[in-house]
Amino acid sequence: MAKILIPTPLRQFAEKQDSVELPGATVGEVLGALTAKFPDLKKHLYNDEGKLRSFVNVYLNDEDIRYLNKDATPAAPADTLSIVPSIAGGANYGG
Amino acid sequence: MVAEEVAVSLSKEEILRYSRHLIMPEVGMEGQLKLKQAKVLLVGAGGLGAPLGLYLAAAGIGRIGMVDFDVVDFTNLQRQVIHGTKDVGRKKLDSAFETMRDINPYVQLDRHETALTSENAFEIFKDYDYVVDGTDNFPTRYLVNDACVLLNKPNVYGSIFRFEGQATVFAYEGGPCYRCLYPEPPPPGLVPSCAEGGVLGILPGIIGLIQATETVKLILGIGDPLVGRLMLYDALGMKFRELKLRKNPECPICGDHRTITKLIDYQEFCGIPNHPPVEAPVVTGEIDVTELKAKQDRGDKFVLVDVREPHEYQIARIPGSVLIPLGELPKRLNELNPRDEIVMHCKMGGRSAKAVDLLKQNGFTKVINVKGGITAWSDKVDPSVPKY
Repeated sequence: MAKILIPTPLRQFAEKQDSVELPGATVGEVLGALTAKFPDLKKHLYNDEGKLRSFVNVYLNDEDIRYLNKDATPAAPADTLSIVPSIAGGANYGG
Repeated sequence: MVAEEVAVSLSKEEILRYSRHLIMPEVGMEGQLKLKQAKVLLVGAGGLGAPLGLYLAAAGIGRIGMVDFDVVDFTNLQRQVIHGTKDVGRKKLDSAFETMRDINPYVQLDRHETALTSENAFEIFKDYDYVVDGTDNFPTRYLVNDACVLLNKPNVYGSIFRFEGQATVFAYEGGPCYRCLYPEPPPPGLVPSCAEGGVLGILPGIIGLIQATETVKLILGIGDPLVGRLMLYDALGMKFRELKLRKNPECPICGDHRTITKLIDYQEFCGIPNHPPVEAPVVTGEIDVTELKAKQDRGDKFVLVDVREPHEYQIARIPGSVLIPLGELPKRLNELNPRDEIVMHCKMGGRSAKAVDLLKQNGFTKVINVKGGITAWSDKVDPSVPKY
């Protein structure tokens, strides 16, 4: 069970939780379990081709998975996965 | 007065002013003179720019430029501590510079009263050693990044959202840049709505001062700069976390095969239409607030649904509305009758437009959006309804 930290902007799609523990042997499997649990998160994490969006980074502990083995990076139970989307500040985009 | 002398020495008054720096060997006279000779550009005089301006002026940075074209309003005062209540309606640069001049009259302040654009960025940046990004939107952030990379100037970055902040130093001596971290911005549709927006007023104070600290450290050449590391701050958990920030070999502006060699159109890059149509397209099923008021006054039969969040409903509401937050709407459609005329509103009209679409997809036909939301209601119908 790896721990996943969910950032504020995405908590609205994850029943307002700030972290969850989910099973999976790789980063891809843990993230798959996450989007299975919270289907609304999926389009915020992945594009139509199923690739992680380029304004969302995933870190295994303190390392960006883009510089590890991406989705295939092994995830151990003691690991923490962080989802870190880009944030810009307070400009009002309407709504 | 000879200009060179001023640039390389401190007056008796300045020595007294900076004594708490001067007595630390890590700063000392040498460091204080470095600060005095430094030229720092602050992009934005808002939440981050406020603490930056205050502390960098106090620290004795010799020359501080500020880029901002905005005017102080009441909603700024909860966090933009460089401005006061008396400054509402004034230009932010006037207000900020008055405060900074009061704190430290020895600082040269440069006004750049303009929006930062691809056309003026190089001209504005060229006179400064360090650029500090205190902007509030993606297009300007990518513009600041690209201009810094192309001019080889450090970009001291900070960003905030609600209770969380990020800070790092990009483009320092060829180090990783913002595009290495995030190659692309989110499309406008995926940015959180106003209901999810907002910011804890204290947060930009913390993040802005991390930026100020890094700027001063870089100038002094002391300590470990926040380079190659992304600092994350979570106010609710009161946690700082540090993530590794690597240079992306495939980065289009600082990687091995560069495809961006000049500044581009950042609005377009961020998917924001540059020139909104002069005439907004006529959307059937949309009314403005005066028509809504007329409908109410005539006694028309309709259901007014407010799709904002409960905490917003507590701040202000339009009489006669029922609250069904947009996020709950799919599960609560059974509370609405497709035979009724349904009029939907939110704060500004964005969320209620989504709600109208949702209802139409579910077979509702008589659904109307209120243009401009409760904000327009306050402006045009009932000024006693507070704006937020």
